[in-house]
Amino acid sequence: MDSSKKTINVKVNGESYEVSIKPKMTLLQLLRNELGLTGTKQACMDNSCGACTVIVNKMAVKACSVLAMQVNGKEVTTVEGLASKDGKLSILQEAFLEHSAFQCGFCSPGKLMSSTAMLDELENPTEEDIRRDMEGNLCRCTGYVQYLEAIKSVVQKRKEGKI
Amino acid sequence: MKDFEYFSAGSLQEACSLISQYKDVGKILAGGQSLITLLRQKLISPTCLIDIKGLKELDFIEFDKKSGLRIGALTTHRAIEKSPLIQEKYNVLSEMEKSVASVQTRNWGTIGGNLCSADPIGDPAPSLIVLGAKIKLVSAKGERVVALEDFFTDYFTTIIEPDEILAEIQLPPPAPNTAVEYMKFATIEAGIKIVSTSVAVTVEAGSDVCKDAKIVMSAVAPVPLITKKAAEMLKGKKLTDDVIEEAAKMAASETDPTTDVHASAEYRKEIVKVLVKRATKKAFEKAKKA
Repeated sequence: MDSSKKTINVKVNGESYEVSIKPKMTLLQLLRNELGLTGTKQACMDNSCGACTVIVNKMAVKACSVLAMQVNGKEVTTVEGLASKDGKLSILQEAFLEHSAFQCGFCSPGKLMSSTAMLDELENPTEEDIRRDMEGNLCRCTGYVQYLEAIKSVVQKRKEGKI
Repeated sequence: MKDFEYFSAGSLQEACSLISQYKDVGKILAGGQSLITLLRQKLISPTCLIDIKGLKELDFIEFDKKSGLRIGALTTHRAIEKSPLIQEKYNVLSEMEKSVASVQTRNWGTIGGNLCSADPIGDPAPSLIVLGAKIKLVSAKGERVVALEDFFTDYFTTIIEPDEILAEIQLPPPAPNTAVEYMKFATIEAGIKIVSTSVAVTVEAGSDVCKDAKIVMSAVAPVPLITKKAAEMLKGKKLTDDVIEEAAKMAASETDPTTDVHASAEYRKEIVKVLVKRATKKAFEKAKKA
């Protein structure tokens, strides 16, 4: 049976890559093991916890449950791609820091990616929108309130025209 | 995960020809939101995957006043949830989709993949069955259209042949004087459902007598369960609280839930009573105004 490697082209955080991979490789393995982008975390590995959330063509997805073959020709953004090239953090990253929205930090990259995708899609999400859209990201330290406050603070700044 | 050969189909025709060639060893991959976990846990180990997720020809939502709604099998859950057309004509589907897994899963997972994975806790099947859904199955040999309620045969098992692909879901136009309600019970919205139910109620025009009713539930049997006796009890009657209560009790007696880490069988039966009661009442009130 032919299960030899296949070549895919994918853009990750603005950079184009051509990689040769086994078809069974997941997007999560591609990012962490092939491209060295270990900001995306590996946790439950069964499509439950959201720690591996990345953005593919503007949509948040769980990288453990997408085959790398399926992102051929697509654009992927990981937590490493949120800050600008000179290291300036994104507004959401700043808000997470301000609100101490981290405990152990393991779920944080996934939370940042989910909330980034949400704020790109919704101009002015309500608290219910935020809670609903963030349901796919579990925090085992139960630090839920702080990151909700962080996201809400960004929405508030938008309303006030500060960003 | 075991190695497998991978094909990305360029058209439905190509996918049909590939799966007819590899039907004994291959599986169709759509969004993979169930399949990849099954592969990783080695619950299944096909030696070949035929990826159809990129097929634009199966990614559509179309409505015609006479023939009704057609949803391509590769339409994502998220697209159904957000579709203005579905929100206007079949809002229960949009409401139901909001609670299918998480946003991430809805973004990548497809309606066809969900139905073919035939998980008895799946949300879409009961709502689609209540709405009278049919599905189109295609293969290199031809196509057939079957009622969705006849599709599921057991846990994770359907009537689909190894060389067939689910191509589209068809719904009749919204029925007059009818309302459909979806309700679920889960500890967290994105979590595993303990019970969910979809109820359709049709009233006689200009009266408050129930002309027709259908109640379908998930997570209480190996397949989406149609509680026929309970629905019969509603027909031809004014739906008073007592009538609805009796039907809800009947619905619970028709279920055959199992005990698992999420809830005991007894608890599930109790929840069935509550959900059927609430959903029927709400559907009835809405149908009178429809």
